Amino acid sequence: MDLITPAFGLIFWQTLIFLVVLFILGKFAWKPILGALKSREASIEEALKSAEKAKEDMANLKADNEKLLAEAKQERDKMLKDAARMGEELKDKAKEDAKAIGDKMIEDARATIESERDEALKQIKDQVAELSLQITEKLIRKNLSDDKSQQELIKDYMKDIKLN
Amino acid sequence: MNKIFDRKVSRTTFSYLICFCFSCFSMAPIYGASEDGENKTDFIMHHVQDAHEWHFATIGHTHITLPLPVILYEPDEGFHFFMSSDFVDAHHNKIEKDGFYFDDHGHLKAKDGTRVFYDISITKNVASLFISVIILFWVFLSIGKRYKRDPLKAPRGLQSVFEPIIIFIRDEIAKPNIGEKKYEKFMPYLLSVFFFIWFNNLLGLLPGAANLTGNIAVTMTLALFTFVITTFSGNRDYWKHIFNTPGVPWWLKIPVPLMPLVEFIGILTKPFSLMVRLFANITAGHIIIMSLIALVFIFESVYIGPISVLFGLFMNMVELLVAFIQAFVFTLLSAIYFGLAVEEHEHHHEEHKEKLEEASA
Repeated sequence: MDLITPAFGLIFWQTLIFLVVLFILGKFAWKPILGALKSREASIEEALKSAEKAKEDMANLKADNEKLLAEAKQERDKMLKDAARMGEELKDKAKEDAKAIGDKMIEDARATIESERDEALKQIKDQVAELSLQITEKLIRKNLSDDKSQQELIKDYMKDIKLN
Repeated sequence: MNKIFDRKVSRTTFSYLICFCFSCFSMAPIYGASEDGENKTDFIMHHVQDAHEWHFATIGHTHITLPLPVILYEPDEGFHFFMSSDFVDAHHNKIEKDGFYFDDHGHLKAKDGTRVFYDISITKNVASLFISVIILFWVFLSIGKRYKRDPLKAPRGLQSVFEPIIIFIRDEIAKPNIGEKKYEKFMPYLLSVFFFIWFNNLLGLLPGAANLTGNIAVTMTLALFTFVITTFSGNRDYWKHIFNTPGVPWWLKIPVPLMPLVEFIGILTKPFSLMVRLFANITAGHIIIMSLIALVFIFESVYIGPISVLFGLFMNMVELLVAFIQAFVFTLLSAIYFGLAVEEHEHHHEEHKEKLEEASA
């Protein structure tokens, strides 16, 4: 039957033409098309990857910023605290110093008072001695012949004065 | 401005393509004009077969035909060139020319029976083949140029029509069946054969067109291409599987090589099935559509017209689908055969050893 008998001429042309089709399309159509599809896919993948990376970088940057901010905040808090503490310390020290100075002044005053009192006492003693001498002198002058008991009395007086 | 123009052009090209596909519905009136006295269904077989002239229609007694070149090659005398119109007179009676004539089956014969010659005429199918190849080149060289010019730009126009199909063939046919590593060298063939078959299937649906992909010579040649590529890319494992199939009991191989024989027949039936499948599907589709049209002539009734038209319309729709499916199936099976030929079997030696051990135990 003709329908299922391959004709020589058609086989010849089909083989020839199909080889030409394979060659021409393979070289000028499929090669650039497949190459372009491949490179396009690669570039899309690349773009997606870099976008992902940019996103990651952004997140990292944000985290860094936040970290920096937190550190700055911490630093500030620390500084404030330090300053407050230093102020407190200064105040305390000033207070202490003032107290010390006051104490010292009081001490000095006390010492001065003491010494002045001692001085005063000494002067009084001297004066008492002088007075005693004068009294004694007067007594002696008045009463040289006075008996011994009187002199002893004077001595007793003197002793009393000294004790005072 | 240029952009707008480009877009307009690509849109018109696309709509032409669509028109091209759908204009096949006008097939009916052309084949409707059958000659008086002729068998009412003769035109069907006439259409599905090749011819030396391109017959479009017969109105009354006037044949509208395009004469085609007849080329003969005689090993002794070289080439002879004629036109198909040289072999008929003004009244469509067959005449002889330079000792050659057409017999009743349309075959070219020499009057002197001892003359050996080869008929490589530009028949209706060859002419149709040229047209389809011109369309293929026009479409794919133009989009190929654009891909070459700016590969990273988004596709547009014809490019965006064919790009999904090309990607489909690459990702759904080639990659899964041949493998990620080896598919690339088969891509040019798979793409060429797919678009060749698809375009010719669609062209065959046009009114008055040739039935190229429903011709056994064409499908045989295409199947032989697949067979040759499969055979030449077969690796050691492929041949081992055919002549010394692993995992098969030894008595199926020696002394009667039953399995090798079956496997060897298998490599021949694969291209044979490719050839018959495409031929039968496309030819059957054409015969069905024209049989539906022939109903009008058989019943000689106006009332059968709507039925013919409705069923013909439906069959045309189905044929549009079949046009794609057959191109797809041919490409898919070719890819599967290539995949079998280049497949690497890494664990076979171990498997074989295990089997031997089991057998000895």
